[in-house]
Amino acid sequence: MADEIKENDDVNRRQFFAKLGLGSLSIAAAGTAAFAYQYLEPNVLFEPSPVVNAGKPDRYPLGSVTIDVNSGIYIIHSDEGYFSLSAVCTHLGCMTAWKPELNMIACPCHGSKFEQSGKKIEGPAPKPLPWKRIWLNDDGDLLVDRSTDVPPLARDSFVRV
Amino acid sequence: MAKTIDQHFEDLRGTRVWRSIFRSGTGSSTLKRALAIQQNVFLHLFSTKVRTRMLSVSATWYLGTLTLGTFLILVATGIPLMFYYHPSAPQAYADTKDLEFVVSSGLFLRNLHRWSAHAMVFLVFAHMFKVFYRGAYRTPREFNWVIGVILLLLTLLLSYTGYLLPWDQLAYWAITVGSNIASAVPVMGEKIHFLLLGGNAVNANALLRFYVLHCMILPLAAMFFVAIHFWRIRKDGGLYSHDSEPATVRANADAAATNAKEGK
Repeated sequence: MADEIKENDDVNRRQFFAKLGLGSLSIAAAGTAAFAYQYLEPNVLFEPSPVVNAGKPDRYPLGSVTIDVNSGIYIIHSDEGYFSLSAVCTHLGCMTAWKPELNMIACPCHGSKFEQSGKKIEGPAPKPLPWKRIWLNDDGDLLVDRSTDVPPLARDSFVRV
Repeated sequence: MAKTIDQHFEDLRGTRVWRSIFRSGTGSSTLKRALAIQQNVFLHLFSTKVRTRMLSVSATWYLGTLTLGTFLILVATGIPLMFYYHPSAPQAYADTKDLEFVVSSGLFLRNLHRWSAHAMVFLVFAHMFKVFYRGAYRTPREFNWVIGVILLLLTLLLSYTGYLLPWDQLAYWAITVGSNIASAVPVMGEKIHFLLLGGNAVNANALLRFYVLHCMILPLAAMFFVAIHFWRIRKDGGLYSHDSEPATVRANADAAATNAKEGK
């Protein structure tokens, strides 16, 4: 009778210490995993600012599509005004290029094609090229915030000079 | 009369120093030859006896051994390359060019490393096809097949991480594309992408991370699993040969083959 109770409820000294040991090791292992994760995630990044100065608007003649390969954006001067597109392909991150003879944006890696407005013509890209926030600063320079998407063709997504 | 070279070797094997290192002793009896394998820290992973038929080219085409060969070439050429290569963004491409045009034999070592890497990927696939079509993955060798799949992944990761190190346009865009594939993982894809590159884009952090993975973490992991892979060959009954399988396993395999032939 006493043995049965011991089997069901009691933990003997050996089992207690085994559990204590395993428990402590598990906690230490979890702590080490958290430590490693935090260590491997950089807190400071030496990456370029998402805000790019694209210079004076008169650099971009009406109807032109200009790429800045360093920042990965297009500045497009259309009839409605200036707007900015991401030049980074939405497929796997290659830099697209403007093809004036075809009047379209094409990706050299896997052949995705886009209209001048960023609209997808042909895959494998899953999404259109996103529009980026563009505005004029006090010096009259065009600024583009690459970290902020704006709705395509919306009134506020253009800059008019 | 002067001693022959063989006699000199025989004397060497009889010295106290030699005997303190190699304990199995001299002689070519079956026991002595078995002990020579079993008591050597490297060779004891392997079987002490192998069927003569299994040493013929037709049995395995030596694909596994050739894969090990390319891996050893990659270690032997990779370490000297590390003496001239700095894994830093402004320096890496210049160092790669120096290895090609300035360092004595640098071009040879780099090309040997590159071609062996391509050969290793090819040989791993060839080895796996050979094992698959011979049915050598079947019981009791399933676990060793799994180890083999892990080794395939390690080979591909080694190849992938090494691809970034020249730090040229090809490397940059290949890793941009490859790491964007990692972000397609559900839920934690973006996190994996960030941790792998140490940032949001391929930059100096990514170069250093790939360098450490390529030169330390992945080779050590590969060696660890290669050791298990070889040891399991012995534990699972030696190299696979249909004739040497237990009767029940053989009967099952024959039945399966007959069924396949009759299109059942």
